[in-house]
Amino acid sequence: MSAHKLNLTINGRTHTGEAESRTSLADYLRNEAGYTGVHLGCEHGVCGACTVIVDGAAVRSCLMLAVQADGATVTTVEGLAAPDGTLHPVQQALREEHALQCGFCTPGVACTLAALTSGTDQPEAAALEAAMSGHICRCTGYQGIRRAAKRLAVGGDLA
Amino acid sequence: MKPAPFDYVAPATVEEACAILANAGGGATILAGGQTLMPLLNLRMSQPFILVDVNEVAGLSGISKAAEGIRIGPATRQVNALGDALLAAELPVLVTALSHVGHHQTRNRGTVGGSVALGEPAAEMPATAVALGATITAQSVRGNRQIPARAFYIGPYMTVLEPDELVTSIIYPAWDPDHIPLFAEVAQRPGDFALVGLVGALEVDGGRITRAGIAWFGMGPTPIAACVLEAALIGQDVATLDPAALADLALSETAPFDDHHASADYRRTVGRKLFVRTMCDALDLRKSA
Repeated sequence: MSAHKLNLTINGRTHTGEAESRTSLADYLRNEAGYTGVHLGCEHGVCGACTVIVDGAAVRSCLMLAVQADGATVTTVEGLAAPDGTLHPVQQALREEHALQCGFCTPGVACTLAALTSGTDQPEAAALEAAMSGHICRCTGYQGIRRAAKRLAVGGDLA
Repeated sequence: MKPAPFDYVAPATVEEACAILANAGGGATILAGGQTLMPLLNLRMSQPFILVDVNEVAGLSGISKAAEGIRIGPATRQVNALGDALLAAELPVLVTALSHVGHHQTRNRGTVGGSVALGEPAAEMPATAVALGATITAQSVRGNRQIPARAFYIGPYMTVLEPDELVTSIIYPAWDPDHIPLFAEVAQRPGDFALVGLVGALEVDGGRITRAGIAWFGMGPTPIAACVLEAALIGQDVATLDPAALADLALSETAPFDDHHASADYRRTVGRKLFVRTMCDALDLRKSA
């Protein structure tokens, strides 16, 4: 049972700490770094609530060890909005399309959409909708999430 | 739901990784993308005392042309293989299969070799390796050996790999780039493990099938090569081929099982329909081309 020193960037801030080998990135972000916007649902990669952005890619933080994120740049839902509180376009789309009810799955949904829409290539609506298959939402019926995804895709008004 | 305690090491070379595995006396588990292993650890279905992370090992990633076909480094991320131009041009059936592996978020970390080496019987990558006749290279401090994918799987999550062996490459033999891809699966939701799946490739010359590689997934304790079917397909005229007449042969080597998702009868019935439909679709496409 080894402990490991970690240096990573979380939501633009340098973070230094230590993690036991078996600590998941999700537990580390929540319990050590304080980013409780990372939600843990199933803890085995099925529900998608814990999705965060690691070095630009949306990944399950419950299926990655904290020690594996040493040196990485991590963005959680707390890092999406601008420092002045202006919502990220993804958050704005989710809000306007009533794409959440209880909000438990929303941080993961927001991180996937933010990762896929951050580059210069604007994704097709079909690609964003397909990526939503990696998230389980038990209250919206998904239609609001799909509408939000379409507005963020190429040709959408928030793209 | 937290893993049992373990040590963690991230070697930089294959030799270093093999030395660690050799010294661990069977108590080590190799961590690649983690998208299959981490759930097993979180559920404590797997409790290694040391985890050997091969993500930083030099030379384990990448896709290249080899003398025998296409070499995929086992630590190649599924997302990178999915977008690879060489694979798209030469082995499109593998790309199609990859698009059904998990979800976007798991493919961002999941690796081709991790899936092949773990051997989930309902997963796409092991069955594709079996169907296409891939060869798996395993290395240990004792040397290295080549294992045909068709002799690799012995049970659910059980392979012929020894505890001290590391997969260092997967070589898919060359298929005519004009091969007819076969792929179909039925799952409860996109990205779930398949209830029933079929993958393979056919080569056709002068209107007759000259080469066939076909395997089932979700239809037994391992991916299952349809060897009897393959032999029966060779020499068949695609214009007059009747897939329905071959369905019994196609299913003859499967061992469908009951679980809480589906019964063996369901799997057998769906497998039959899936086979006939996939063959008809694939051969019609060929005729109109």
